[in-house]
Amino acid sequence: MNIFVCVKRVPDTETRIRVGADGQSIDPDGVKFVVSPYDEFAIEAALRLKEAAGEGEVTALTLGDAQAQDALRSALAMGADRAVLLEGEVTPDGLATARALAAEIEAADAPLVLLGVKAADDDQQQVGPMLAILLGRPCATAVSSFELNGDKVTCRREVEGGTEVVELPLPAVVTITKGEFEPRYASLKGIMAAKRKPLETKPAQTADSRLRVESMELPPERTGGKIVGEGADAVPELVRLLREEANAL
Amino acid sequence: MSNVLAVVEQRDGALRGTAREVVAAAVGLARDSGGEVHALLLGGPGIGASVDGLAEGGAEVVKVVEHEALADYHPDGYPAVVARIAGEGDYSSVLFAASALGKDLAPRVAARMDLPLAGDVTGLTFEGGAVTAIRPVYAGKAFTRVTIDATPALVSIRPNVFQPVDQAGAGRVETVEMTEDPSSWPTRVVSFEATGGDVPDVAEAGVVVSGGRGMKDPENWALLEELRAALGDGAGLGASRAVVDAGWRPHGEQVGQTGKTVAPKLYFAIGISGAIQHLAGMRTAGTIVAVNRDADAPIFKVADYGIVGDLFEVLPRLTEEIRTLREGS
Ligand SMILES: Cc1cc2nc3c(=O)[nH]c(=O)nc-3n(C[C@H](O)[C@H](O)[C@H](O)COP(=O)(O)OP(=O)(O)OC[C@H]3O[C@@H](n4cnc5c(N)ncnc54)[C@H](O)[C@@H]3O)c2cc1C
Repeated sequence: MNIFVCVKRVPDTETRIRVGADGQSIDPDGVKFVVSPYDEFAIEAALRLKEAAGEGEVTALTLGDAQAQDALRSALAMGADRAVLLEGEVTPDGLATARALAAEIEAADAPLVLLGVKAADDDQQQVGPMLAILLGRPCATAVSSFELNGDKVTCRREVEGGTEVVELPLPAVVTITKGEFEPRYASLKGIMAAKRKPLETKPAQTADSRLRVESMELPPERTGGKIVGEGADAVPELVRLLREEANAL
Repeated sequence: MSNVLAVVEQRDGALRGTAREVVAAAVGLARDSGGEVHALLLGGPGIGASVDGLAEGGAEVVKVVEHEALADYHPDGYPAVVARIAGEGDYSSVLFAASALGKDLAPRVAARMDLPLAGDVTGLTFEGGAVTAIRPVYAGKAFTRVTIDATPALVSIRPNVFQPVDQAGAGRVETVEMTEDPSSWPTRVVSFEATGGDVPDVAEAGVVVSGGRGMKDPENWALLEELRAALGDGAGLGASRAVVDAGWRPHGEQVGQTGKTVAPKLYFAIGISGAIQHLAGMRTAGTIVAVNRDADAPIFKVADYGIVGDLFEVLPRLTEEIRTLREGS
């Protein structure tokens, strides 16, 4: 079975964010970029499926500029077979992104499309389900583990207050959260092999973004408050402050 | 005049806490954009009797769709019904909660309506004929102001940020016919296994008690659970990634950049060092309390109140004092 995994290149979560000169985006200077952690779960899930089946092809897909190739090379190093870069602008409008991805996936024969539940930069959690609607496929979001049963995929979702099991007919779209798919590290051999794997670049069919960023700002620094005291003896004073000063109890 | 639609949630037939927040956000927008606030509630037969509080919060009209197949959320059914009703009305904006359910629902509605979605926003204004939203990015390390160049403007709002308002609306209940055919919905919900009891999700809880590696052992969560229970029904449990990775707590409780971003009124960080990825997820909380035996722990840089000390001594005392306070009041 052929599987598409959509990945995004994002700043490492350690990054201290600085606002760039345009006042609308981050200053990328000195920032280390990585594959979004949730997308790594999705890559891992795809690779395990392929390994279990002993056949099939895993394609890593991204929308972005030339630098987004890094994310694809990482996916190839983990074990993906081929990669496609849709060259185009990544905007805050998830529907525009989903449209570009859909155009590529529609033309391919891929019964399963996997994505991370959200990207670690925008945190919007929307491209997966939007892509599913555009492709006219069912979709399960925030899936921690799943299995294929013939032409169905059975997914476990960690939802509020419990675990839900849903069953979708293929072709389907599944977004992956932390759970069973702890990502493997790329081996040295994998990294070498990735250099020879096919990475295709083509222009993205993007639509105009209908979300317009006016400005980006840092949140006001939280000034550390006070140390109320040491040990259990400080508790009554803490509770008093919480009630009388912070009005929080 | 265009109206504002607030899509509200129920669970087991009772309105969710976020329902009045979504209505409050809609009331705030309608003040500038004009028009009425309409609430939309989907549920099983008889759900129309569970609309208490929507009128009091400012809804002029409560649209209700009742059907057996809508008793619980369905990932194909709910988006289809909501997109139809949102599309039929003359709405300037459509608001959702950025709850676990809302994060599944809103993007699907948006794609069905061919509209962009500003998700998990913490502020909303209507200026110059367009909706502008404050959207946190990088897990709250920064935020952007985005203008939505589409009508209706689709937005999901972060729980606990928009305070419910007391503004009586007429709350006329209108039943909307269900025209969708549930047999055409491809997804089958096989089972639901409840785990958390009635404890609210960490992203929606008004008070959060979080534990980190300093708790030493998963069994010690009984101490956190006691504090949580003492704080009342609206309190939830959170965790640092270290303890989730150790398998002590489920990932659903993880707060931070690769977990949930939370904005409760009160956040307790117990035995949590305060790594940058954790701070990203909770720095917008109203009041932050930290208990840590290391006076130099970074968590104290963001905490409003801190106690330096052994959490195993501090926690039982804290639970006791809060219990006494709440019982007395
Ligand atoms: C890609 C990536 C993503 C990440 N995402 C997240 C995320 O989403 N959320 C998150 O939380 N972390 C995240 N992390 C991990 C983060 O970097 C930290 O490792 C983690 O938050 C530490 O958890 P902790 O504070 O529980 O443990 P520690 O850092 O070990 O801190 C334990 C604290 O407990 C205190 N302590 C110990 N014993 C006691 C006692 N008896 N009484 C009082 N205090 C005591 C110690 O002084 C210490 O400060 C991420 C890391 C990476 C690399």
